[in-house]
Amino acid sequence: MKTMELNRRQFLKGTGALIVSFNLFPSSPLFGQSTVGPGIDADPTQLDSWLAIAPDGTVTVFTGKVDLGTGVETALAQIVAEELDVPFSRIHMIGLDTAKAINQGTTAGSRSIERGGPQLRQAAAAARQELLKLAAARLNSTPEKLAVKDGVVSVTGDTRKTVSYGQLIGGKQFNAKITATGTGWDMKVAPEVRAKDFKEYKVVGTSQKRIELPSKLTGEFVYAHDVRVPGMLHGRVVRPPTITSKPASIDDSTAKTVRGFVKVLQEGSFVGVVAESEWAAINAAKALKVTWTQPQTKMPASADEVFAILKNTKSLRDQVTVNKGNPDTALAQASKTYEATYRWPFQMHGMMGPSCAVADVGKDQATIYTGTQGSFETRKAVSELLGFPEKNVRVLYREASGSYGRMGADDVSEDAALLSRAVGKPVRVQWMRDDEHAWEPKGPAQLDLVRAGVDPQGKIIAWDFADRGFPLTAASGRGLRLLASRQIGMKPTADGNSNGTQGGGEMYAFDNQKCAAPLIPWVQADETPLRTGYLRAPGDIGRCFASESFIDEIAADQRVDPVQFRVRYLGENKRGTDALMAVTKQARWQERPSPAAGSSGTKAAGRGVAISNRAGSICGAVAEVEVDKSTGNVTVKRFVLAHDCGLIINPDGLKNQIEGNIIQGVSRALMEEVKFDATGIKTLDWKTYPVIRFPEVPEIDIVLINRPEMPALGGGEPSSAPIAAAIANAIFDAVGVRLREAPFTPERVLAGMKKA
Amino acid sequence: MAKISLRVNGKNQVIDAEPDMPLLYALRNDLQLNGPKFGCGLAQCGACTVVMDGNAIRSCVTPVSAAQKKPVTTLEGLGNTKKMHKIQQAFVDEQAAQCGYCINGMIMSTKALLDKTPKPTDSQIKEALAGNLCRCGTHIRILRAVKRASGQLA
Repeated sequence: MKTMELNRRQFLKGTGALIVSFNLFPSSPLFGQSTVGPGIDADPTQLDSWLAIAPDGTVTVFTGKVDLGTGVETALAQIVAEELDVPFSRIHMIGLDTAKAINQGTTAGSRSIERGGPQLRQAAAAARQELLKLAAARLNSTPEKLAVKDGVVSVTGDTRKTVSYGQLIGGKQFNAKITATGTGWDMKVAPEVRAKDFKEYKVVGTSQKRIELPSKLTGEFVYAHDVRVPGMLHGRVVRPPTITSKPASIDDSTAKTVRGFVKVLQEGSFVGVVAESEWAAINAAKALKVTWTQPQTKMPASADEVFAILKNTKSLRDQVTVNKGNPDTALAQASKTYEATYRWPFQMHGMMGPSCAVADVGKDQATIYTGTQGSFETRKAVSELLGFPEKNVRVLYREASGSYGRMGADDVSEDAALLSRAVGKPVRVQWMRDDEHAWEPKGPAQLDLVRAGVDPQGKIIAWDFADRGFPLTAASGRGLRLLASRQIGMKPTADGNSNGTQGGGEMYAFDNQKCAAPLIPWVQADETPLRTGYLRAPGDIGRCFASESFIDEIAADQRVDPVQFRVRYLGENKRGTDALMAVTKQARWQERPSPAAGSSGTKAAGRGVAISNRAGSICGAVAEVEVDKSTGNVTVKRFVLAHDCGLIINPDGLKNQIEGNIIQGVSRALMEEVKFDATGIKTLDWKTYPVIRFPEVPEIDIVLINRPEMPALGGGEPSSAPIAAAIANAIFDAVGVRLREAPFTPERVLAGMKKA
Repeated sequence: MAKISLRVNGKNQVIDAEPDMPLLYALRNDLQLNGPKFGCGLAQCGACTVVMDGNAIRSCVTPVSAAQKKPVTTLEGLGNTKKMHKIQQAFVDEQAAQCGYCINGMIMSTKALLDKTPKPTDSQIKEALAGNLCRCGTHIRILRAVKRASGQLA
């Protein structure tokens, strides 16, 4: 604890300000401390920045990765335990604190295991090397002659000579330099240090139980929503129709009568209230009568209008990922051509707990507690919002509700910061349900145009795939601004980030092939509630729905079994073929073309297949559905999925993630669509934006393909990608109806059956 | 403001509150019980579920005045990490959570179910939990955890 005090002083000296709430740290063994480098962040070239070992042998890891409820912290702890040869139970991962943690980049994109894992592994391997040097000196031996078990070093062949990690370094710093080049996701840490061979793994590859789960099940876990600091007030926001409509008038006469009312804040189009209690803040916000000026931009009046924009607007960049041969010429020469258009709707993350943060803003410094996916991005956004030097803003991660990409845009921290500055006290802001449904950045709509041509033998010789989609503009950094920043007039300087490019059929090898994802400019000058942001497996679900439906359409027309048809084009793609074979074997796939022979009853059964590659993780999926021909209702009875993400760190943790992806994927495929008109979002609660419930959840069967010789890849989102496609293909198999627009509602199925 | 007497997790407590304030805010802010969560404030998701008078209720829409003198049990009233309730232990055994934000509601709805129906069938469990949303998609594990808690899993 002594070290922590010292470092507290260091930190305070650095910021020249008193930071509250150190007392909020849980009584964790915070004896160690990362070492701040020449900049304002922990220096990754100092081993002490990565981890510290206590006298009792406990290892504290100052990771820059956070757990978003996926269990990745447990998996990262396994990697560290493995490399250090200490029991898993002795690894302590501290919550990300920008004053201590290494900036390992955002926690997103299923990259924490793939990128963050090797960084921690190499730091741990470097630590082990240092420990062996110390042990050799202590035991009068050489590192080569030493063995480690459970954090105790012994001399091979002389069991009396032992020393523990705790005895070697406990409570002290390594003071050792390691190499670290590059930043964030791309940082390369100590590549010269030899890590263990996978054949020696004892902890990696085992199903360790989630570290934090017991406390979540008893109410002891402190979520962002549960953070309380002394003197804390409560805030609520009142949003405009769009960010350019400003308050023409604010009548706060009733709001002021709410007991506990403190203040109304207006800055640009940002309006919020602060009160002494949460209930008072809610009531004051409700009682505030704001008349808004006309927005510059009208929201699109319908989904059709959005798809027309996607179809008719010139792209910002075409994002061509495959360009082989000449699809146009090949199409002209083809003996038969195919063409189809697929639509994917705006969808929501729908965090169960709406956005929540606590900010404590002083004269020239700020402390933020938040569930952000990018603590360093939040720090930068808040510092720019408040005009403070970045070093004077400290962000403390507290896990919030599962966010699936939503907290890549940490809007609520800005809300809390503005309100806290206005009252000079800590303020907790929680969005209400309709705030979240209205203003969360949505996964944007996509319009996918696909053409293909076959030769006289039915072989695909041309493939032209264009996923027309919007850039993701609700983010911070890289020239983009969060909601409150926009509301007070800070302008973005970039047109947005890519919504991904994978899933357009690039897994297959066609003679002439083009896969592109043109980015169509989206309303930027006047941000509307149809904001765009990263939503789990960004864009891949829509693209995979289009490409994997389309190849199924051709297979059906050619009267070929859809699995056999795919295998023809997977060619050298061994992992793709393996995943497809594994899933069809598990599903007891019967080889035949689709659709199935029609059934006479009211219910028709069907099966569908799809494959995907998201960030290197390969999935094969089979959906088994039942379609009620009288109502059009689709029930997914069973879902089988084969998953290959290279080396598996924690099989049960991975399965938990895959189950979640399948269930959320079924929900998104069958029922989810953000509805809106020119006045705003119309799906503002769980009644109007339904998500899957217990009675609708399918039976799930997962096949894990472990490739220990490969690097470990992500498991947080890849298995979302093929779900909708497999279901669409199963619906076609059941009733012969090809749905080219999601979600697959009873109305769409019935309409399709009428046309057929 | 009025003095409101509550009996939460077997303890009598008096708080000062507006009678129409939902029970959830009294539990979270006055009594500092973090188990029940705000999810929607509309009784649509179940994150705020507590057991009152033996029934699973939505504390986000129940006025605190309606909870006066009625026995209320929150997640904290079941057990803690040192001594877990058998339902909580079953959720650990099945690793039945991801982010865990909804899990308070799952456990409290299960508590009310098992108190009345100690050996529920699969469809009874699904029915009892149909009003509880889980966005992470942990449903299958939760179902298994309820089966385990009711002694129906080998």
